[in-house]
Amino acid sequence: MTKTMTAEEVAGSLENGMTVGIGGWGSRRKPMALVRAICRSPVEDLTIVSCGGADVGLLCAAGKVRRLIAPFVTLDSIPLEPHFRAARQRGAVEFTEYDEGMFMFGLLAAAHRLPFLPTRAGLGSDVMRINPGLRTVRSPYEDGEELVAVPALALDVALVHLDRADTRGNGQYLGPDPYLDDLFAKAAARCYLSCERLVDPGGLAGPPQTLLVSRMHVTGVVETPGGGHFTDCGPDHARDEAFQRHYAGAAAGRETWAAFTDRFLTGDEAAYQEQVRRWHEEERR
Amino acid sequence: MTLGRETARSPGAGSAGAATRAEVCVVACAEAWRGDGEILAAAMGTCSALGARLARLTFEPGLLTTDGGALLTAEPAPIGGPAGPAEGWLPFRDHLWLVQNGRRHVMMGAAQLDGHGNANISAIGDWARPESQLLGVRGAPGNTICNPTSYWIPRHSTRVFVPAVDLVSGVGSARAAALGPRAARFHGLRRVVTDLCVLDFGTPDGRMRLASVHPGTTVEQVVAATGCRLVIDGDVPETRQPTPEELRLIRDVLDPGALREREVRT
Repeated sequence: MTKTMTAEEVAGSLENGMTVGIGGWGSRRKPMALVRAICRSPVEDLTIVSCGGADVGLLCAAGKVRRLIAPFVTLDSIPLEPHFRAARQRGAVEFTEYDEGMFMFGLLAAAHRLPFLPTRAGLGSDVMRINPGLRTVRSPYEDGEELVAVPALALDVALVHLDRADTRGNGQYLGPDPYLDDLFAKAAARCYLSCERLVDPGGLAGPPQTLLVSRMHVTGVVETPGGGHFTDCGPDHARDEAFQRHYAGAAAGRETWAAFTDRFLTGDEAAYQEQVRRWHEEERR
Repeated sequence: MTLGRETARSPGAGSAGAATRAEVCVVACAEAWRGDGEILAAAMGTCSALGARLARLTFEPGLLTTDGGALLTAEPAPIGGPAGPAEGWLPFRDHLWLVQNGRRHVMMGAAQLDGHGNANISAIGDWARPESQLLGVRGAPGNTICNPTSYWIPRHSTRVFVPAVDLVSGVGSARAAALGPRAARFHGLRRVVTDLCVLDFGTPDGRMRLASVHPGTTVEQVVAATGCRLVIDGDVPETRQPTPEELRLIRDVLDPGALREREVRT
């Protein structure tokens, strides 16, 4: 029943053209170690489904994204994600832009094997114009109200990062917000979970309502200490604001980004963590 | 017309100094939630969040406010300070459900606003390949069609107030009306607070109207800084001044670090 894997094995299981959902929210609890592994892998032409942050930015910078489905991309404390901005302004990525509530309903529909879910969100806005494939549906009851029929956001793969997991793939969050991570897991044919710390079965301490993701929805689990870096990650790590500023600053120029990539993103996850540690040491001097 | 930062930040200023422009804005934001009762006051931006918490501390004690994250705080939390105990839990998913549920009045920001109250936070230029990609529509479509909505604009200019927005993220009054009474029944634009004035939509056709100008600002200044049509209905009153108690709460309780002064030019 042990489902432990490496980040490289997760990345290696992806195929070109897949639809990949990524949990977390903005610059919060993103499965960054898995994202970094995908950036190093040969896979391409992905459709990414995300409440986007640095995950979307890094994948855009690495040329992995054909289409993005998202209600926003932001680094939270830095409102605009530089790589996503640049990719959109170059016309390098296709974009399916949804309202946040529509996005959640799309995941809910997929998680419950429904073709769509109805909502008012989107009516009257240009979301209907820029997504000409969206349809409305009329209530079959007396009210006859017309609503947006948000199509199911079915995923080939979901990637989520949680604070703890066991070797069977049960996942636990210890921060204040589950985000939409369990919905991503249920909306996907395969879900890969990364975690700050892996424990044996039965070793997930804490209130039962923190047990967010069940092994029945999880294909593989990866222990990645610091794997959410530099995004906000539960009680273990606050967002690394200094490093996020460094990332965003480097992303602004071709040469600075090449230097950032060379230093931080060419080696494996252990090399990344070591370079981050050294970078902080240099900053303290 | 306004006093500088020095006065606002001087230790022990308490309620002694006259109100800064930012403080007038905080109170004008607070007024947006007057009469709302026991609903969530959701706010984006410093003066807007301060306004929600000030309203709760004074004339609208039933309001619910957050710590800026997933917690509903037992008391209005100071900006940048400890949030204190929670009285409720509102993670993003439940916040999105609450939008549908309706017990919420949101004050958003906007990169562009037009005379019908259409708002853009998504992208500037042609959406297919924007000149400037911004946040994305976020929750603006759902917010505006499901909840009373106000806006907080820290820098009133012709860049923000445009004849027509490049992308309608937040639904304006004319578009809502065009959906028909059933679909539009939860839509309602309340007010736009800027660093110069307060605007509302209290006209027969739901167009933007100048409701009041802040002390030290003229109607002509507002008109010059506005690129969309603005209804000016007779004599425009002055935005009310903060009371001494409101100034004390803003300065000593809610925002002792004077973050409000960084958001509004003086």
